[in-house]
Amino acid sequence: MATLGGFVNKTFLADPITMVVSGWRLLVLHGFYVDIGVTIWRVIGGFVIAAVIGVPLGAAMGAYKPIEAFFEPFISFARYLPASGFIPLLILWAGIGEKEKLAVIFIGSFFQIVLMVAVIVGSTRRDLVEAAYTLGASAGGIVRRVLLPSSAPDIAESLRLVLGWAWTYVIVAELIGASSGIGHMITDSQALLDTGQIIFGIVVIGVIGLVSDYLFKTLNQRLFPWSLA
Amino acid sequence: MGSVPTLAIEEVSRTFPGVRGGPPTRAIEPTSLRIADNDFICLLGPSGCGKSTLLRIVAGLDRPTTGRVLLDGEPVIGPGADRGMVFQSYTLFPWLTVEENIGFGLREQGTAAAERRRIIAHYIERVGLGGFEHHYPRMLSGGMQQRTALARALANDPKVLLLDEPFGALDNQTRALMQELLLGIWEADRKTVLFVTHDIEEAIFIANRVAVMTARPGRIKSDTPIDLPHPRHYTVKTTPEFSAYKARLTEEIRIESIRAVEMGA
Repeated sequence: MATLGGFVNKTFLADPITMVVSGWRLLVLHGFYVDIGVTIWRVIGGFVIAAVIGVPLGAAMGAYKPIEAFFEPFISFARYLPASGFIPLLILWAGIGEKEKLAVIFIGSFFQIVLMVAVIVGSTRRDLVEAAYTLGASAGGIVRRVLLPSSAPDIAESLRLVLGWAWTYVIVAELIGASSGIGHMITDSQALLDTGQIIFGIVVIGVIGLVSDYLFKTLNQRLFPWSLA
Repeated sequence: MGSVPTLAIEEVSRTFPGVRGGPPTRAIEPTSLRIADNDFICLLGPSGCGKSTLLRIVAGLDRPTTGRVLLDGEPVIGPGADRGMVFQSYTLFPWLTVEENIGFGLREQGTAAAERRRIIAHYIERVGLGGFEHHYPRMLSGGMQQRTALARALANDPKVLLLDEPFGALDNQTRALMQELLLGIWEADRKTVLFVTHDIEEAIFIANRVAVMTARPGRIKSDTPIDLPHPRHYTVKTTPEFSAYKARLTEEIRIESIRAVEMGA
C-alpha cells in the first residue's frame, strides 16, 4: 500500500499487484511449483524422521526415570544448539544436497520433540496410572494402555508446533546453500532485486504453513474426539 | 467372624518422611484389622486420619513402614487385580468409552472377546448404564462416572473391593442412590468390601461393621457391628436402631475431630 501510494521506492518494496504478477510469472514461466514441491518434501522428510525417532525416545524418557536421567542432560543441551548454526558444518559434511537439508530440519526438530514428549508422558495423571495398576495392568500395559493413549493428543499438538518451526529451518537452510526450493528462489530474487518475487515466496510459505496447520488440527480432532472440551 | 479372614491387616503403620528436613509424619499407628469373607466393613474417621493411606496400603499402592497385609494368607506386595479399587476422584480413562473402561482389566488379563462382552454387558446392566456404552467419560455426570468406575472394578471379579470415599464428590441425592446401588450389589453378590468414608450415616447404612479411626496418627479405636437386617431399604435410616448407632458413632467421631482440629489437621 505504501508503495502504491508512491511513498516507497518500488525496488525495495514491491506493491501487491507487482507481487502477484511476479508470482504468476514465477509459477508459470520459471517452474516455481517445483521449488515449492521440493521444499515441502524436505520439511516433511526431515520432520517425519525426527518424529519417528523422537517420539518413542521421548515417550521412553517420560515413562522410565533411568532412561530420562541418562538422556536428559545431553538433550537439554542439544536443544539450545541453534540448528541454523550447524548449516555451514553440515554443508562441509553432507554437501548442499538433500541430506544436508534433512539434517538441518532434523537437528532443529528432534531435540524439541524428545523433550516435549518426555514432559507430556511424564505428566500423565498419577491417579489414572494407579487405577490401571489396581485393575491388574502390568508395567508394559501401563505404558501401552495408559501413558501413550493419554498423552497422544498432547503429543500430536506438540508435533504441530514443531512442524511450524521446521518451516523456518528449511528456509534458512535453502537461503544459505541450495540449488532449488523456496529459499533458493528468494536468494536468487535478491540478486535480481525482484522484491515482488521475494514477498511472493514468503507469502507462499505462510499459506503452506497455514494449510498444514489446519490439516494437522483437523486430523488431531478426528483422531482424539474424547479429548475435546 | 470366620476363622480364616480374607483380608488381614497386621500391625500396619506408615510414617511419611519429613518434607524439607522437617520431622517425619506418622500417618498410621500400628493397626490391625481382620475382615472375614464377604464382610462389608467401613473405615470411618475424621479427615486426615490416615484411613485412605491404610486403604492404599491394602491396595498395594503404598507400602507400610511396619507390619503387613495378608490376602487369603498371602502377603500383599503390590497392586493387583484381586483387589479392585474405586477412587474418590474420577479415574475413568478419558480416551475409552464406558464399555471399554469396564473391559480394561479383562483385556489386560487376556479374557476372550466374547466372554469380555458378556461380562461388560452384565455390569452395564447391573449399574444401570444401558444406552451409555459408547459414551466417553467427559459426557457423563459424576454419578454415572462413579457407577462406571464401580462396574470397572467389579468386572475383574476381585476378592476384595476397596472404596476410597467413592461418593464423596457427589451431591446428596446421587450419593444416596449410589449407596443403595452398592448395597444392592453387595446383598446380591456378597463381595468382601472395605469402604473408607467420613460420613457416619453412609457407614451405618451400607456396612456390617464400622471401624472408627482416631485422629492422626490413626489407629482403630472401636469396631462396631451394625446389626440392621438385610436387605436394607433406605427407610432404615429413620429407625430408632439406626439413630442409636448414629448417636454412638457421632460421639466417637466428635472426640477425634476435636483432637484433629487441635492438632491443626
